[in-house]
Amino acid sequence: MNDVPLPYRVTQVRDETADTVSLALTPAGPTSLAPFAPGQFAMVYAFGVGEIPVSVSRIDRRELVHTVRSVGAVSAALCALRPGAHVGLRGPFGTGWELDRATGQDMLVVAGGIGLAPLRPLVFDALAAPRAYGRMNLLIGARTPHDVLYSQQVHAWTAAHGPLHCGVTVDRPAPGRLGHVGVVTTLLNGARFEPRNTTAFICGPEVMIRATARDLLQRGLPAHRIRVSLERNMRCATGHCGHCQLGGVLMCRDGPVIGWDRAESLLSVREL
Amino acid sequence: MTSATTMPFALAAEHRERLMRIAREVSFGAGTRLFEEGRRADRFWIVRTGTVALDLHVPGRRAPVIESLGQGELVGWSWHFPPYVWQLGAEAMTTVRAYEFDAVAVRAMCADDPGFGRAIAVWVGRVLAHRLHAARTRLLDLYGPYGGDGRP
Repeated sequence: MNDVPLPYRVTQVRDETADTVSLALTPAGPTSLAPFAPGQFAMVYAFGVGEIPVSVSRIDRRELVHTVRSVGAVSAALCALRPGAHVGLRGPFGTGWELDRATGQDMLVVAGGIGLAPLRPLVFDALAAPRAYGRMNLLIGARTPHDVLYSQQVHAWTAAHGPLHCGVTVDRPAPGRLGHVGVVTTLLNGARFEPRNTTAFICGPEVMIRATARDLLQRGLPAHRIRVSLERNMRCATGHCGHCQLGGVLMCRDGPVIGWDRAESLLSVREL
Repeated sequence: MTSATTMPFALAAEHRERLMRIAREVSFGAGTRLFEEGRRADRFWIVRTGTVALDLHVPGRRAPVIESLGQGELVGWSWHFPPYVWQLGAEAMTTVRAYEFDAVAVRAMCADDPGFGRAIAVWVGRVLAHRLHAARTRLLDLYGPYGGDGRP
């Protein structure tokens, strides 16, 4: 973990949707951050504007990819960067998905909206060693078909008859386009998994996380095998400032990925 | 993998078997209309394979798809409540294989046997509650830029 920002160069910018881009970053100097695990995040500094936490969406040796949605001043500044620009990077921070928890079990990855970004490296890692896991499922919910991240990759996963069952559903379909319409939990009926022998990884809006986790509990998944990634206002990312505190949990240090056995009570308190 | 709203999970074996005795296996090609909004709701289906889209007529526009239903799901609930008129339209998005049920016959069975009738009513009620909750969730526009919290 590096507390001082290191300069990284933007090597590639890819438009994912109308308001979301992926930035490929490599170290600008000889030093690089320690290796990231899927689910961990970096504090990304847009020089002169500010710093925000962004999960890593692809890990490729020295290159890191961060997928950023333009929703505020800092994220808008990051989305406006072009190849050759520089950012400051601190990290890696937080807990990861811990894919090894799913070894020998069916795997269920459920992503809502931009929640697919932190889950993508997990899917890549699982696909790199398919024999280590049982049946693999990736279920994606999005606002419209145009808002599905990594659309080419997702299309390839959906069309392939490989080890991964991939389903996509949208809230609002595009006119004339076929595809599933409805909340992401409706895709669970078509997924291939044995609840008592499954590990689930969920990321998305918290209402979606809660609905999915409750559905999975009803189907028989134990709470501790439902891993969720939560988002809070992270500032220092080192467990000192307390901005990201959720109950007794400091999300930057003890999260963002925690088990549903821990998260359920935290998300049911209105004041939190 | 089935949810609490699918028939095998929602109905006890005795009621399920009784209902399945009057089931008819049918299939629809992609694009086939199963029913139209405003028409008499005299049948319903349980999807075995494929996907059915529910749509709503909007004057001057192609009917937007409201929801899609897949394996194990109940297609149609208007047959259970007066005035027995479809509230939406339905179309097979893919080739669909389904069990078809005569709604008049099922309603008669419900009237004859209050236990069976109650089980069917609870099942249909669960499906409705689930779809209502899903519709309300979608109203939040959770995947929008601010996660549905209404900020500009």
